[in-house]
Amino acid sequence: MSEYAIVAEGLTKTFGTFTATDHITFEVRKGEIFGFLGANGAGKTTAMRMLCGLSRPSEGRATVAGFDVEREAEQVKRNIGYMSQKFSLYDDLTVEENLRLFGGIYGMTSADIKHKANHLLSNLGLTDLRKAMVGRLPLGWKQKLAFSLSIFHNPKIVFLDEPTGGVDPVTRRQFWELIYEAADRGITVFVTTHYMDEAEYCDRVSIMVDGKIEALDTPSQLKKNFSVGTMYEVFYALARKAKRGAG
Amino acid sequence: MKQFLTFVRKEFFHIFRDSRTMLILLVMPVVLTLLFGYAVTTEVKDSRVAVVDFSKDELTRRITDRLATHSYFTLCAAYENVSAAEKAFLRGEIDMVIVFPTGFAADFHHGGNTSVQLLIDGSEPNQASVRTGYTEKVMASFMQELHSGKPMSTSMQIIPEVRMLYNPQLKSEYNFVPGVIGLILMLICALMSSVSIVKEKETGTMEILLASPLPPIIIILAKLVPYFVIACTNIATILMLSYFLMGVPMAGSLFCFLGISLVYILACLSLGLLISTLVSTQLAAMLLSLLLIVPSLYFSGLAFPLESMPTALQNISSIVPARWYVSAARKLMIQGVEARHVIRELGVLTLMTFMLITISLSLFKKRLE
Repeated sequence: MSEYAIVAEGLTKTFGTFTATDHITFEVRKGEIFGFLGANGAGKTTAMRMLCGLSRPSEGRATVAGFDVEREAEQVKRNIGYMSQKFSLYDDLTVEENLRLFGGIYGMTSADIKHKANHLLSNLGLTDLRKAMVGRLPLGWKQKLAFSLSIFHNPKIVFLDEPTGGVDPVTRRQFWELIYEAADRGITVFVTTHYMDEAEYCDRVSIMVDGKIEALDTPSQLKKNFSVGTMYEVFYALARKAKRGAG
Repeated sequence: MKQFLTFVRKEFFHIFRDSRTMLILLVMPVVLTLLFGYAVTTEVKDSRVAVVDFSKDELTRRITDRLATHSYFTLCAAYENVSAAEKAFLRGEIDMVIVFPTGFAADFHHGGNTSVQLLIDGSEPNQASVRTGYTEKVMASFMQELHSGKPMSTSMQIIPEVRMLYNPQLKSEYNFVPGVIGLILMLICALMSSVSIVKEKETGTMEILLASPLPPIIIILAKLVPYFVIACTNIATILMLSYFLMGVPMAGSLFCFLGISLVYILACLSLGLLISTLVSTQLAAMLLSLLLIVPSLYFSGLAFPLESMPTALQNISSIVPARWYVSAARKLMIQGVEARHVIRELGVLTLMTFMLITISLSLFKKRLE
């Protein structure tokens, strides 16, 4: 196996005449926290969906965890976790039932699920709420639970699609601690975000503009290249050139 | 397989934990059956009866007395001729007229056969048929008494000749059962299932499921299984309710009936899947399903008899699956025909199901691209 968790080569997705993702090429190293930035409509979600095997590339290729996203989508899915921007869990199932469901979907044994669930719940301080309906949990807890569920089956890579939208700064900070913990366990983290302070937490970031990757480096190197002090300024310098309206 | 079962169980949780869903899935079919059954087919009391007696003999007097004392009839007038009686009909004063022809008793005693005419307001067909039934019973018991009193030739009988006014094509009162089943299966399998699939799209859980190693087809199957089970339960409930409580017969083969119901359920489920691929919100799914269910209601003959519709509408009705199902179900349940007489319906339904499954699956796959 190579040293890369994700390799994309000329990955392209067109919808009719519209090119959402335009020949992007990049690698994500194993164990790294990779920030995938871009304004709304830049093509981040489309790229991510292709990497998760949810959408077929129109052109180019990509491997995730060593498997081709087009030909070996099922193997790809086995090795990744995915968390969407809606922190989607089943509101009408209890915390425990959600864990059991997702564990079951990934083919974990009941004993394994039980063991890991106990561990996870005590880690999150949710043990007392294991029988509570997820719909009743505050947003911050739902989000942490959704993240924990996305790595419940111990994937090699986890894809986070704007995981911190609509959450307060303190919760966001706590959430990033969970991300670091996951990275420490050797899970590669691929995360999209709109918050530039979060971009600073990443090992490397790429910035997409109009379907293309315009910059890719460590946050400090990017700031140096653009001779600016913050990631926000880097982002702004690139994103304002976008022809697609931010919407 | 274990993953599949885990998923099916989760689907049942969704259903059992939502009281509104439960209400629609399990209570509504019962309520609809009882409503149709009892609102339409139970006893009709206080029927206002008028008599036109051209014979005025002992026999007609005794029959009239018998009707007058019957708890369901109220004798309210006697007319000299039929046209006077018809005017009373139009004024809404009476519900039924009994016409005894001249020489009623004489015919009876000499020829053995005589007839009596019933004129009934057929604008309310179910009541009309119930009234006919009552009158026939009264006549029959009267005949029995005559026979037991003094032995007479068994060939002697009074034959009531029934003429329905205003609605000559009177249908059986049991007709509602197949119609209700057709409607409920449509509601559960198309509406409820499409809403439940679209709900996952709306809340974003569908994304998560699709990003899991579960093959999409398994996700869809697991979502549809509970609705299939509930649909079968409902058929059983409705059949038992109508058989034991309302005495609706199962004249034909139960096996054939269940077989064609199965095909229809599959058609409805694939319709549900089709709807779910076309829309992205639960509200839209509900509206689109209703848009499909309303014609099923009208074209299946549950509300109005198909035969009395204009030919153009009858032709349109042939693209509605419910029409074919209800037609076959009626033949099997009420007329008790053999399986070969519903081959046409079965063929059309199977073809429709096959087409719906193909279209909805290919649309579903396309969505994933």
